Amino acid sequence: MTELLSAVAAGLGQGSIYTLLALGFVIIYKSMGVISFAQPALMMAGAILVSYWSPKLGFWPAVILGGLAIAVVALVIERLAIRPMVGKAVFVIAIITIGVDIIVRVVAGAFVGTDPRSIGDPWGLGRWHIGGVAIQHRHAAAFIAAAVIVTLVAAFFRYTSIGLAMRAAALDQEAAMTQGVSVGVVFAVSWAMAGFLAAVAGVFAAAGNSLDQNLWIVGLAALPVIILGGLDSLLGAVVGGLVIGVVEALVRNYHSDIFPGIATNTGPLAPYVVMLLVLLVRPYGLFGTKEVERV
Amino acid sequence: MTTRVKGRPEFYTAYAQDMAFLNTRPKQWGVVAIVAIAALLPMTVSDDLLKILGTGLVLAIGAIGLNLLTGFAGQVSLGHAFFVAVGAYTASWIAGDPDGRTVGLGITFMPLWILGAGVAAAIAGAVVAPLAVRLRGLYLAVVTLALVIIGGFVFTEWRSLSGGAQQGRDAPVPTILGADLTVDGAYTQEQKLYWLFLVVLIICAIFARNIGRSKIGRAFSAVRDRDVAAGVMGVELTKYKLIAFVLSSFYAGVCGSLLFVANGYFGPERFSGGMGLLLSVQFIAMILIGGVATVSGSIMGAMLIALLPRISSELPSFLPFITTASNEHPNIFEVEQAMYGVLIIAFLLFEPRGLFGVWHRVRTYWKSFPFSY
Repeated sequence: MTELLSAVAAGLGQGSIYTLLALGFVIIYKSMGVISFAQPALMMAGAILVSYWSPKLGFWPAVILGGLAIAVVALVIERLAIRPMVGKAVFVIAIITIGVDIIVRVVAGAFVGTDPRSIGDPWGLGRWHIGGVAIQHRHAAAFIAAAVIVTLVAAFFRYTSIGLAMRAAALDQEAAMTQGVSVGVVFAVSWAMAGFLAAVAGVFAAAGNSLDQNLWIVGLAALPVIILGGLDSLLGAVVGGLVIGVVEALVRNYHSDIFPGIATNTGPLAPYVVMLLVLLVRPYGLFGTKEVERV
Repeated sequence: MTTRVKGRPEFYTAYAQDMAFLNTRPKQWGVVAIVAIAALLPMTVSDDLLKILGTGLVLAIGAIGLNLLTGFAGQVSLGHAFFVAVGAYTASWIAGDPDGRTVGLGITFMPLWILGAGVAAAIAGAVVAPLAVRLRGLYLAVVTLALVIIGGFVFTEWRSLSGGAQQGRDAPVPTILGADLTVDGAYTQEQKLYWLFLVVLIICAIFARNIGRSKIGRAFSAVRDRDVAAGVMGVELTKYKLIAFVLSSFYAGVCGSLLFVANGYFGPERFSGGMGLLLSVQFIAMILIGGVATVSGSIMGAMLIALLPRISSELPSFLPFITTASNEHPNIFEVEQAMYGVLIIAFLLFEPRGLFGVWHRVRTYWKSFPFSY
């Protein structure tokens, strides 16, 4: 039982990271109707940036500044590569973000170097033991940070005027424009938010580990999360992230019992298998809106 | 009567003439000239460049396949690398040494393992298609991406088939009438393999071009442009999406069976994780750079992508700040990777029809020269 609970705790920590990343995907999807495949690369870039700044500035200032810096990078990407394509087929824009992803990954990867880098986080691999259940500090920190950020994002959409504008634009872009909403600002803000969220997620994903290019693969696992939750649902991102995180941690933990013959841990596959199974039943994810087909 | 009027190359008297395989005289001569130049190229070009060009020809087969699915039928797939892998492993399983470290049937008859690879990949495509036809647009892209991740894992773990990580297995050995093409004889290995790849590519290209101008091709276009409208007009969506997946996977399988023949060896790393996704993205880049929904564009795009490593290795002599040392930055490997991204973005922003569009523009300019329209 304690082993199960420990695995669930680790899964919730990992799931919080997925939630943060998935929120970025969903915010961009809601504003432009596009999946940004650049998110995993932005996440890696954010973690690498923080690993350079945290020894000089301290961890928390480095996280905030790194997040803001990646938000600016995302803004620039949106302005240069995405804005000219508004109105074109979504597939084309998605492919452009793949191109952006490659470039960002190469540029950021050049700063990793051969020595393992550390993010400089205060948690390391320290853990609490509560009645035999091991909870790692970094997982608890990720969970709390995700809870705070999700609350802030929800409040932002609910109570600020730009949040209202973004909701209006997501509902009907043309109608929002006639009401005086600047759709350009909406696009820019959504990309900046997604960049910030990706960088923060990257920090937590890299905490307690050495930092390398494989962080990008972790970021990819946010794609099953948004498909599971539904592309246009913030709630889906939160629920999907936590579900996928827990399932992955459980499979990782009990791998040798379930699949004794397979040497490599099947944990990283779990998000994709869960996604495929859910899509068989619900093609628009758990909370996604079903597309109305009109000719 | 379906006669052509002399001196009026664009004047068609019958629909069949307009839809003909090569509908104008310049096209006929142009294709003959290109094939002739391509066939004679091995006589003049050095072997190391020839090997790259040969790889480009093989990649072009896969690119044509992806273009049938993504370009003609509009179904975005990031899973092409998975089907290429299925083809590669099927071919090396059929042709492999039965007593070796990895499984093999020992059937060295070349057309059999090429077709076998295509059929196996097509079956894989048919298995995936029922799930894929339920999904549209970006959902499909992410699901096909999952194929690469899961498939890469399976191939890495299936040690008796793939040889396992860091070890790999031998690629099939191409033989024609008992003559081993990978042994230097009157012609070098590179020359013989190049001609083999060229022949297979020409067959595949003609077949794809014919699909594009048949009933199936028109159905694909209808599905791409608006699938609901196509359905209303009586195009069976499920059937044609299935056909698109099966055809595309068949091409991917054929591509996979030949892709590693020149190296004689391949490991599962090529298809798993980041490398597998890169291969898929490379195929996407080929059709976008070459030209969506064109066979000639697929070939141009594949040749350009295949030549990219060579181009970036030549760059340091022009741009001195790029190094060849892998521990300094920016080095040629990073430049090569980044160029995929830059090319994809640049073509989509400035020339969405790709290299085919560039050619099209040149052609229309000279057609009406010296007038601009």
